[in-house]
Amino acid sequence: MRAPSIASDATVSDVQVTAAEERIAVASNWQLVWWRFRKHHLALFSAGLLICLYCVVICPAFFATQDPQRTDARQAFIPVQTLHLFDGGWNPWIPATVGKRNPVTLRMEWTTDPQRKIRVSFFTRGEPYRLFGLFDANIHLLGATDPTQRIFLLGSDRLGRDQWSRIMYGTQTSMTVGLVAVTLSVIFGVVLGGISGYFGGFIDLVIQRLIELLQSVPTIPIWLALSAALPRDWTPIQVFFAITVILSLVGWTTLGREVRGRFLALREEDFVLAARLAGARRMRIILRHMVPTFLSHIIATSSLAIPVMIINETSLSFLGLGIRPPAISWGVLLQEAQNIQTLALAPWLLIPGLVVIVAVLAFNLVGDGLRDASDPYSH
Amino acid sequence: MTAPLIDVRGLRKFFPIAKGMLGRITGHVRAVDDVSFSVQEGETLGLVGESGCGKTTTARCILRAIDPTDGQVLYRTSGGKIVDLAPMSPAELAPFRKEIQMIFQDPFGSLNPRMTLFDNVGEPLLVNGMRNRRERMDRVAELLRLVGLRPEFMHRFPHAFSGGQRQRIGIARALATSPRLVVADEPVSALDVSVQAQVLNLLLELQARLRLTFLFVAHDLSVVRHICDRVAVMYVGRLVELAPTDAVFSRPRHPYTAALMRAVPVPDPRVSGADGILKGEVPSPASPPSGCYFHPRCTLAQERCQREAPALQEVTPGHFARCHFAAELDLAMR
Amino acid sequence: MTIDAEPLLRVRDLRVSFQLDEGTVRAVDGVSFDVFPRQVVGIVGESGCGKSVTMRAVLQLIDPPGRITGGEITYRQNGRPIDLARVSPRSRQMRDLRGAEVALIPQEPMAAFSPVHTVGAQIIEAIMLHERLGRGEARARTVELFRDVGISMAEQRVDAYSWQLSGGLRQRAMIAMALSCRPRLLIADEPTTAIDVTTQAQILALLRELQQKYDTAIIFITHDLGVIAQMANYVVVMYLGRVMEEGPVDEIFHAPKHPYTRALLRSIPSLQTETRAALPVIAGTLPHPFNRPPGCPFHPRCEDIRRGYCDVAVPALHALGPRRAVSCFLHSDAAEPA
Repeated sequence: MRAPSIASDATVSDVQVTAAEERIAVASNWQLVWWRFRKHHLALFSAGLLICLYCVVICPAFFATQDPQRTDARQAFIPVQTLHLFDGGWNPWIPATVGKRNPVTLRMEWTTDPQRKIRVSFFTRGEPYRLFGLFDANIHLLGATDPTQRIFLLGSDRLGRDQWSRIMYGTQTSMTVGLVAVTLSVIFGVVLGGISGYFGGFIDLVIQRLIELLQSVPTIPIWLALSAALPRDWTPIQVFFAITVILSLVGWTTLGREVRGRFLALREEDFVLAARLAGARRMRIILRHMVPTFLSHIIATSSLAIPVMIINETSLSFLGLGIRPPAISWGVLLQEAQNIQTLALAPWLLIPGLVVIVAVLAFNLVGDGLRDASDPYSH
Repeated sequence: MTAPLIDVRGLRKFFPIAKGMLGRITGHVRAVDDVSFSVQEGETLGLVGESGCGKTTTARCILRAIDPTDGQVLYRTSGGKIVDLAPMSPAELAPFRKEIQMIFQDPFGSLNPRMTLFDNVGEPLLVNGMRNRRERMDRVAELLRLVGLRPEFMHRFPHAFSGGQRQRIGIARALATSPRLVVADEPVSALDVSVQAQVLNLLLELQARLRLTFLFVAHDLSVVRHICDRVAVMYVGRLVELAPTDAVFSRPRHPYTAALMRAVPVPDPRVSGADGILKGEVPSPASPPSGCYFHPRCTLAQERCQREAPALQEVTPGHFARCHFAAELDLAMR
Repeated sequence: MTIDAEPLLRVRDLRVSFQLDEGTVRAVDGVSFDVFPRQVVGIVGESGCGKSVTMRAVLQLIDPPGRITGGEITYRQNGRPIDLARVSPRSRQMRDLRGAEVALIPQEPMAAFSPVHTVGAQIIEAIMLHERLGRGEARARTVELFRDVGISMAEQRVDAYSWQLSGGLRQRAMIAMALSCRPRLLIADEPTTAIDVTTQAQILALLRELQQKYDTAIIFITHDLGVIAQMANYVVVMYLGRVMEEGPVDEIFHAPKHPYTRALLRSIPSLQTETRAALPVIAGTLPHPFNRPPGCPFHPRCEDIRRGYCDVAVPALHALGPRRAVSCFLHSDAAEPA
C-alpha cells in the first residue's frame, strides 16, 4: 500500500490542461454569458437590429430625409416610392409620382412616372438640424439631390408629411420612452425589492402589500386617469417624462417581486453565509456578493420589459392619452391609421405598426437569449 | 486543565410556528433544546444525528449564523478571557468572527461562482483589513498550497474545478484568517467516495499542523468514528449521548446510538446488517413524544420511559447518556 | 438461489453519448452485463461513471442531446428477446414495457409524485393503464401494496398527497408504485441516498423482503459500497462510462481484481478501520467528462499502471470465469479495437 501523500493528491492528475480549458477556467461570468448568448443566432441578429434602431434614436434627423412636420396639402396620401440604386451605373433615383384628380370621386390618384426620375444621393446636404443639440449639421443619410424636390420613401399622410421621416422621429420617442421607463422601473424594483427581500419583516410586508395593490388595479384605467390628470398646457417634453414615470410606477412591481425572490433565495446561499461569517458588512454582502449574482437576470428581465413599455406607450398615444401631436411617437403615427377609410385608401399608414412589431420582437428575442445565457453555470 | 475553547451551556433554539394571515404563533419547533457540551482546544468533537435532530442548528448557533433563543456559548479568546458569544450584537461579534470559521457541505453552493479563487479565498482577508493586493495574493497562494492546490489556479473561477477541489478551496477560505475553531458541516457527505478519503486526510493533517479545533457535524458514523476524538449524538433537538469516540463505538450507552450504528451498511457481504433495524420514524420536534423522546421506537423501553424524561447522566467518567438504564444496558456492538 | 440459464436482461457493448456545445461526452462507453431473473445486480460507481445513464438507456429515457450510439439491450419478455436499443422510445411496445415489465424507483420520491393528485390515485392510474382492472380492484390492490411496503393505516394513506408523507413513507409509496404492475425487473436508482440511515436500513430490508416475495430481479444503482454489499448478489463496478470489473458480491469485496475496486474498498472509512489515521486514498481527481484520458480511463490514478499499455489502449472486458470479468491489462492483454 502506498503511503498517502495528502498535499499532492489533487495536483497529480491535472497536469495537462489544454489551452481551451484554461480559457474557460479563467473566463468571468460575463464572458460565459456572452459565449452562450452568441450561440443564439436569432438573438444575435435581433441585437444587431436593436443597435440600428438605437442609432436612429441617437440622431433621427440624420436618417430622416426631410422635416417631419412639413405639410403640403397637395402631396397628401402619396404611396410608397421605391428607391432604385442603378441607372446604368451607380446613380440612385426615385421615380416621381404624378397626381391626377379623379373627376368623379374628386380624389387624388397617384401614379409613378418612370420617365421622370428624382435623383437622390447618400450623405447629401439638406434640412439643417442640430446634432445632440450641440452642433449644427445638415448631412442626411439620403436625400433628393435637388433640395427643392421631396421624396416619400414610405409615402405621405393626410397632411402630406413624409412618413419615413416621421417614423425616424417616432422611433426616437418610443424607444426612449421604453428605455427610460424600464430604467426607472429597474431602479424602483431593485431598491424596493431589495429592501423587501433583504430586511424582511414589517417592511417586507408593507412593500408586498403595495405591490399586490398596484398589480391588482387594472392598468389601462390607471393610465387613463393619470394621463388625463396631466395639465393640457405641458410641453411635449414634459408630457413625455410624465408618461415614462407613469409607466414605470406600475411597471416596477414585477421586477420588485423578482428581486425580492432572488434576495430571499440568495440570503440562504452558503457563499453569502460564508461572507457573513468572514465578517463582511451588510452593504458589502449586498453589493459584492448578492447583486452581481442576479445582475444578468435583471438585465434579461429588463430587456423583456422594454417591449411591454413600448407597447404601453404606443397604446396610450394611439388612444390619444399619451404623447400628443405635434410630438411624434409610433402611437401618434398609428393614430393616423385609426379609421377604415384611410386604411383602405392609404394602407402604408400601417407601416409604423410593422415597426412596432419588429422592435418588440427583437427585444423579446434578445431578452430570451439573455435569459437563457444569464445562468452559464446551469446545464 | 485550561478552560475549553468553546463551552456550550443550555443552548436552545426555538422556531415559532406561525399560522394564518396575521402570523399568530401557535407553537414552537424545539430545534435545539437544552444542549450543553464543550470542545477542548485541538480536539475534534463530532455532532451526529439524523436530519432534523438539530445538529446543524446547534452548529449555526455557535457560529452565530442564527441567534440562539437561550443559553450560553462561552468562548475562550486567544488572550485567555472567557466571553459569551450568544447575546452579542453583530458589532461585538466582529472581532471573533475571524477566529471561528466554517466549512460547508455543498462544494458547489459554498463558493461565489462570480469570483475567482483569489477573490473567494481572499475575501475574508480583505474584510479583515488586509488591503494590500500583493500581500493578499501571497497569502492566498500559501493557502492553496496548504490544501494541495496549485497557486497558479488563483485566477480561475470555481466552475473550472471538481467537487473535491472546490471543497479544498472552501477549506482554504475557512483557514484564511487563521481561525482557532472550525465548524465543518458535513464536509465530505457530498463528495465521491474516492475523494472523501482525500478530504478527510487533509482535515486530519491540517489539524495536526495548525493545531485546529474542529466541531464536525455529520450523519455518517463511519466518517465520524474516523475523524473525531469525542462524539455527541443528538435526537430530536436533544443530546442523547456524549463520550469519547472509542467508548461510544465499543459500548454505546443509549439505545438510539446503538441503533444508529447498526443501521450503517457494512461494506462486507459476509456481515449481515439485517438485525436490529429501528422501527418507526423520527418524531417531529414540534410535537415530541412524552417522557424519553426515543421510547416509541426503543425495543428496550419500559413503562417508566413513557412517563419520565431521563436526564443526561455521567455513566462512566466522560461518558454521558440520556437513558434511565444507561448504566445497566449492554449494547456492545457486533 | 437458482439461476436461470437465460438472462432477463442482457446488455452488450452499450454506448451512450451526449452531444453538447463544448464537445461530445461519452457517458456510457461499452458497457456489458447480464441480469438473471430473481437476482439483485448492484451497479456501483462514482459520479460521472455512467451508472444512471445506463439505466435510463435500458428504459429508453435518454433525452436529447443524449443518444444511444451503439450496443444491444436484450430484454426477454415471456421468453422472447427484444432489443430495447432498437425500439423507439415512444412506441407502444416501450410504453407497455415501462412500468409493467420494468419499473423504476427514482432517487427523489418527492419529484416523482405529482403534488396535485393523491398518491393512491397515481398508483391506481398506473395499474389501470397496464392491466384490465376496474377502479375498485385497482384500489384494493393499491391498499394491499401499501400494506406490503409497510405503510401503516394503508386505507387512509392511499388518499394522502405526497407532500403529506414523510421522506421514508414517500419512498415506500414509490416502491409500492413501482411494484404495482408486478414487474419482473425493478431498477432502483440510488433509492436511499436522500434519506437518513435508520430509514435507509428499513427501506433496504423492505426491498430485500419484497424481492423474495415478488420474485423480481433488481438492478440497484448506488455509490455506497456498504449498501451494495448488503443488497446485491452480483456487482458491476463502473468508472467513467466503462465497466472495470464485475462478479459475485463476495468476490468483488473479498477478491477484487481491478486496481480501482481495490483502491475504492481501501479508501472508505468503516466502523472497523483504524481511527484518526490517514486513509489510503486514490490519488488525483475524477477527470472532467470532456477530458477523458486516452487508454484505460483509470490509468492516471492507477497505482499498478503498466506504461505503454494502459495509457495507450483501452483494455477489453475480459471474462475470467462464467460470471466474472475484469477490464485491466494486469489480467489480460486483450484491448478494445482502436
